[in-house]
Amino acid sequence: MLSFILRRLGVMILTMLVLTAVVFFLSNLEPNLRKLALSDGNMRMTDAQIEQWLDNRGYNRPFVVRYADWLGGVVQGDLGFSTRFKKPVLELLGERLAATGALMFWVMITMVPLALLIGVLAGMREGTGTDRSLSVLSIGSTATPEYVSGIIFTVIFASLFGEWFGKEWALNGSAASATGSKGITFNNFALPVMTMAFYGMGYIARMTRASMAEVMTAQYIRTARLKGVSFRNIVVKHALRNALIAPFTVIMLQFPWLLTGVVIVESMFNYKGFGLALVQAAENNDIDLLMACSLASVAVVLITQLISDIGYVYLNPRIRVK
Amino acid sequence: MDADIIGFGSIFARAFVLFWPVWAALAVVMGVSFAMRRRLGLYGQVYDSWLGIVGLFLVLFWVFTALFADVIAPFDAVEGVYSGMKKAVPGTPVASDSAPYDYFLFGGDNLARDVFSRMVEGSQTVLAIAPAATIFAFMVGITLGLPAGFYGGRTDTVLTFLANLVLAFPVILLFYLLVTPGIRETPIPTAMAAVLFLIPIVFFVMFFYSRYATRPDVLYIQLACVIVLGGWLYSGLAFNLDPLGIVGMDPNTLNIFVSVVFVNSPTVFRIVRGLTLDIKTRDYVAAAQTRGERPWYIMLWEILPNARGPLIVDLCLRIGYTTILLGTLGFFGLGVSPESPDWGLSINEGRKLWRSVEHIALVPALALMSLVLGLNLLADALREQSLKD
Repeated sequence: MLSFILRRLGVMILTMLVLTAVVFFLSNLEPNLRKLALSDGNMRMTDAQIEQWLDNRGYNRPFVVRYADWLGGVVQGDLGFSTRFKKPVLELLGERLAATGALMFWVMITMVPLALLIGVLAGMREGTGTDRSLSVLSIGSTATPEYVSGIIFTVIFASLFGEWFGKEWALNGSAASATGSKGITFNNFALPVMTMAFYGMGYIARMTRASMAEVMTAQYIRTARLKGVSFRNIVVKHALRNALIAPFTVIMLQFPWLLTGVVIVESMFNYKGFGLALVQAAENNDIDLLMACSLASVAVVLITQLISDIGYVYLNPRIRVK
Repeated sequence: MDADIIGFGSIFARAFVLFWPVWAALAVVMGVSFAMRRRLGLYGQVYDSWLGIVGLFLVLFWVFTALFADVIAPFDAVEGVYSGMKKAVPGTPVASDSAPYDYFLFGGDNLARDVFSRMVEGSQTVLAIAPAATIFAFMVGITLGLPAGFYGGRTDTVLTFLANLVLAFPVILLFYLLVTPGIRETPIPTAMAAVLFLIPIVFFVMFFYSRYATRPDVLYIQLACVIVLGGWLYSGLAFNLDPLGIVGMDPNTLNIFVSVVFVNSPTVFRIVRGLTLDIKTRDYVAAAQTRGERPWYIMLWEILPNARGPLIVDLCLRIGYTTILLGTLGFFGLGVSPESPDWGLSINEGRKLWRSVEHIALVPALALMSLVLGLNLLADALREQSLKD
C-alpha cells in the first residue's frame, strides 16, 4: 500500500509539473503578454514601449528561466503577486478558497444525501413506476447545466416569487453579499447552492441506482429474502453497504467536474470565490494568480483521485493493489 | 400596425405555425421509421420505448430546426434590429411596415433583436459543431485506445499518462487558455488541428489496410478514396486551404472545434481502453490470434465491432455533453463573436437583465436544455435496448 501511494505521489508531482508548465507557456505567449502590458500598464503604449515595459519587469527572459523562477518561489511558499488585485497571491487565494469551500460544503451537504436517496429509492425496485419517474428526474437534471438551471431557478425563485408573494419571499439573485459583512444567509446562498447541486445530483443518483439495482439481484440478497428478512432490512442492512461503493468513487471524482460549475455559478451569482478569481485572472492574464489557480485546481483533482482510489480499495476488500 | 400584445396562447400557436417545415419533416421521418422499426436494427428499437421516442423527437426537432432555420426564423438574427423593440415582452407587435413578420413572438433582446429568430438560428452552430467534434473525438479516442488496451505495457502506460494529464486539467481553465483571440495569432490551434485531424485518416487507412492487405485490387481503390477524400477535408479543415474552396472553417470555429475534440478525446480513450481490456479476453479474439491474424485486424475488425453498443450510447451522451460545453464557452464569451446568436452567449447576455425581463435568457436556456435532454433520453433508451440483446 505504501509503495502504491508513493508511486502515485510521484506521478502526481510529474503531472503537476507538466500541467503548470503548459499553463505557464500558454499564459506567456506573446499576444497574452502584450495584453497584460496594455491592461496593467498604459493602454496607449506603442510597441516599443510595450517591449520596454515587459523588459523592465523581466517578462522577456527565456521561458525556462522564468518557469524555474516561479517554481523556486512556489517551493518556498511564495506564489507571486497578483497584477489584477494588487495583492500577494497567497493571501488572495486563501480568502477565495475559503469562500468556495463554504459553497462546496453546502452543495455537498444538500446534493449527496438527496442523490443517494433518489438512487436507492429508484434502484431498490427496478422497473417500477417510482424507478421510472426518478430516473427521468435524474436524466433531466444531468441535462441541465448550471447556466441553464441558474436562469430557471432565478426566474422562479427570485423574480416570480417576488411578484407572487411579495418581496420578502423572493430569494436574492446575487450572492455578492455572502462574502461581505452580512455573511452567508439562506436568502443569498440558496440559489447558488441549488443551482450547483441540481446538475451534479442526477449523475450520482444514476450511478447509485445502477449499483443498487445490480446489488439487489445478487445471490446473498435472495438468500436474505428466503430467510424471511423484511424488505426494509434487506435494503438498509444488506444492500446499501455494497451499493454505495461505486457512488463513493463517483462522488470523489465529481470534485474536478464541480470546478467548472463553481466557475459558472460564481460568475453568475457574483460570489467572490475561487472560480471568479480564476475567471478574472484569465481575463486579465494575471500570470501569477492564474498559475496559482491552476496549481490549486490540479492539486484538488489529483488528490481526490488518489483518495477515491485508496477509499475504493479500503471499501472493497476484493480489490487488491498490485 | 396598431396591434396589441398577444397572449401566450396565440404566441405558441403562431410559433407552432412558423415551425411547419420541422413538423412536416418530423412526421415523415418518424412515421416511416416507426412503420419500418422492425427492420432498422438498433435505431428501430428506440421506437419500442416511450422515452426513446420522446428523446428522438427532441433531437430531430432541433436537427430539422437547424436545417430549416432560414425558413423558420422570421427576422434576421444578427441585423434584424427594429426601433422600440428593445427588451420587448413576448408577443409585442413590430411597429414597422417593412418588417417581415408582425410580432416578436418571444420578445426582443437588449439590442432590439427577435429572441425567437435568435433561438432558431442559434441551433445551427451547436448542431454543426457538437456532433462533428464528438465524432472526431471518438476517432481519436478509438485509434489510441485500442492499441493501449490491446498491447498494454509501455504503450499503455505512456498513452494513459497523457490522457490523465488532459483529464486532470480543469476544462474551464483549458478553454480560457486555448480559446482566446491571442492564441489565434499563434500557430497553436492549427498545429493541434494538424495532429488531431490526421488521426481519423490514419484510422481509416489502418481500417481498410488491416482487412484487405491480401487483396490489393480492392485495397488500392479504398486507400485512394480515403487519401483523396481525407486529404481534401484535411487541407480544408485544418489549414483552410481547400483547393476547391468548399470545405473550410474560420479560425474562430477551428479554435473551438479543436479544443472541444482535445478535451473529449481522453475520456473516449479511457472508455475504449477499458472495453478493449475486457473484450480481448474473449474466445473469438483468441481464435483470431490462433488463425494468425495481425494485431490491427483483431483490434479493428474483431474488438471494435463488439464494442459498438456501449460506444454508441456514449456517443449520444457525449454529444449532449459537448453541447453543454459549447454553451459554457458561449456563456463566457469565448470563441464566439459578440453578435452571434449562440445560445450560451445569449444566456449570458440575458441573465444580466433578469431583474427586468426574464425571457431573453430563459428562451435559449430552455432550448439548450431540451436538446441535451433529448440526447440523454435517447442514450438511455439505446442503453436499455442494447442490454436486452
